[in-house]
Amino acid sequence: MRAFPSLRGALATKQSSSAPRSGLLRYARNDVLVALMLAIASPLLADSNLPPAYWANRQLPDPKQEGQAQALMQELRCVVCQGQSIADSDAELAGDMRDLVRRRIAAGEKPSAIRAWLVQRYGSWISYKPTGEPAAWPLWLAPLALLVVGALLVRRRISLRRRG
Amino acid sequence: MNRLVRFVPLVLLLVVIAGLVWRLATPVDTNVTSKLEGKPVPAFDLGPAIAAKPALSSRDLATGRPRIVNIFASWCVPCISEVKVLEQLKARGAAIDGIAVRDRPEDVAQFLARYGDPYERIGSDEQSRVQIALGSSGVPESFIVDRRGIIRYQHVGAIEPADVPMILDKLEQAR
Repeated sequence: MRAFPSLRGALATKQSSSAPRSGLLRYARNDVLVALMLAIASPLLADSNLPPAYWANRQLPDPKQEGQAQALMQELRCVVCQGQSIADSDAELAGDMRDLVRRRIAAGEKPSAIRAWLVQRYGSWISYKPTGEPAAWPLWLAPLALLVVGALLVRRRISLRRRG
Repeated sequence: MNRLVRFVPLVLLLVVIAGLVWRLATPVDTNVTSKLEGKPVPAFDLGPAIAAKPALSSRDLATGRPRIVNIFASWCVPCISEVKVLEQLKARGAAIDGIAVRDRPEDVAQFLARYGDPYERIGSDEQSRVQIALGSSGVPESFIVDRRGIIRYQHVGAIEPADVPMILDKLEQAR
C-alpha cells in the first residue's frame, strides 16, 4: 500500500515538469494512465492463433444428442482450469474436448464410453462423478455417520426431557 | 469421562492446525499426469506440421529404439527454452519427434528457424486430439516411448538442463 503513493508521486513530478496542473487533476490523469498501461499490457497468455474447433461452441443439430453431450461436458473436469467443467471453461483444450465429446456423440458413441475413454487417459480425476474407489468411501459414508450421530443426539435430548 | 470430553475441541483444533501446516509445507501437486505409462501409444496418424519434414504417426514410434515425443507449440513460451535442451539431448544420441499442438505451418517453420530444430518428424495436432488421446494436459510435455512403442515416462512441463541426465537415463532404461 505504501509503495503506491510514492509511485504516483514519481509519475506526477515527471508530468508536472512539462505541464503544471492542479493536484487533483494530475492524480486523476495518472490513474487513467496507469489503468491504460495495465489494459494494454497483455499477460503472457499461452493461447494459439487457431480458431476454436468446429463443435467447441456449436450445438449439435439433434437436441437429444446435444442434451447428452451437455450432461457429459458438465461432468468432465477441465485439465487446464482445474475446478471448472469443460462446459464452463474457456481454455482452448476444454474447447477441443467439447469438440471431441460432440463428435463422438454425433457418431453414436455412448456418453459412458466416452467418459471411460477419458478416464483411461487422465484417471478418474477427469470426471466429477464420484466413483466407488476406496478414496471416495468417506464421501459416501459421511452422510450415514452424521445421521447416526444426529439420531443419538436427538435420543439423548428426548430421554433427558422425559426425566426432567 | 466428562473432564476428558472438554478437551475434544482443543484436540480437533490442533488436528486442523497440523493439517494446515502440513499442506502449506508440502503443497498438492496440481500436475495432471497421464495414466498411459506402461501402455502402448494410442494409434494416431497426424499430417505434417511443415512441408519440409515428415509427418508423425504412432507406427513411427515403435522403431526398435527408444524415442522422445515432445508435445510443443510455436505459441508456447517455455517451449522456446526447452528446444535448446532437446538439441543437447539430440547431440547425445536421443531420437526426438514432435507434435505441434494447434499450430500453423508458417508459425512452426519460424519457431524452428529461430530457436532450433531437434525433431526428426513433426505431426500437426490442430484440435489437440492426439494430445488428449495421450492424456497430456498442456505444452510442453514429453513422453519417452520404448523400442516397442510402449510409453515409459511422461515429463510434465519443460525439460530443464538439469533434467538431461535423468532423461538420458530413462531412455537407456527404455531400450
